[in-house]
Amino acid sequence: MTADLIIFLILALVAVGAALGLLFSRNAVYAALFLVLNFITVAVFYLLLNAPFLAMAQVTIYAGAIMILFLFVIMLLGTKKLKTRGENHWQRRLAIGLGVVLLGELVTLFFIKGQRGTLLGDIGSKFGGPESIGIELFNQYLLPFEITSILLLVAMIGAIVLTKDN
Amino acid sequence: MIPVSYYILLSAILFTIGAVCVLIRRNAIIIFMGIELMLNAANLAFVAFANQHQEISGQIFVFFVITVAAAEVAVGLALIVTIFRSKRSIDVDQLSSLKG
Repeated sequence: MTADLIIFLILALVAVGAALGLLFSRNAVYAALFLVLNFITVAVFYLLLNAPFLAMAQVTIYAGAIMILFLFVIMLLGTKKLKTRGENHWQRRLAIGLGVVLLGELVTLFFIKGQRGTLLGDIGSKFGGPESIGIELFNQYLLPFEITSILLLVAMIGAIVLTKDN
Repeated sequence: MIPVSYYILLSAILFTIGAVCVLIRRNAIIIFMGIELMLNAANLAFVAFANQHQEISGQIFVFFVITVAAAEVAVGLALIVTIFRSKRSIDVDQLSSLKG
């Protein structure tokens, strides 16, 4: 077992643990903090996968801006715990069963195919830096980039209109 | 050096947890967090494949996903705040006004 694999396994354990924490925590604030931990772990995965710029964007936009918005709304609506009625509700059992089936399919595919795939590792410091991403984004993907700005404008107007007092 | 399938397996596990979170939780905010978790799992797969094929487009796509997620959260949380104002609750089981 190489050092890379050990680091990967520890990080994967933290990521899955944080996701399970999100799934089972009763308090919405704890759920949000577990999600932040998960996002930061995924950012470290991005660093391992030669995407340093993306890792920083992940930390600032996802773990920073988006989760602050979540926490802000949780604080706004009050942090009272929602009552947990219907513990053995049939929908809940069905959902867990279907989730296990989905995961089983994916894992079975992983073991049956037996292909471990290409080894991923360091592929040059230029790849995934701000320069290469900027060149690709503003040459090949200029139109999607502009459409994205319109999408953000629409989302901003939508949020303002929705929360406006009549 | 880690095989690409390990990342895809991790991505699949995170996606499944996100999907189950959307299905079993009743708090609308936590359902939104489950959606974020699923988007994030897909992003991880994108970045792993970008590294495998040494193709930067996969990373560009993650930017677009992050942008769409930000827009979705802004509108979705505004909707939750509006629903809370009229219903005094964000339990999705109580939002049954459209039930036929």
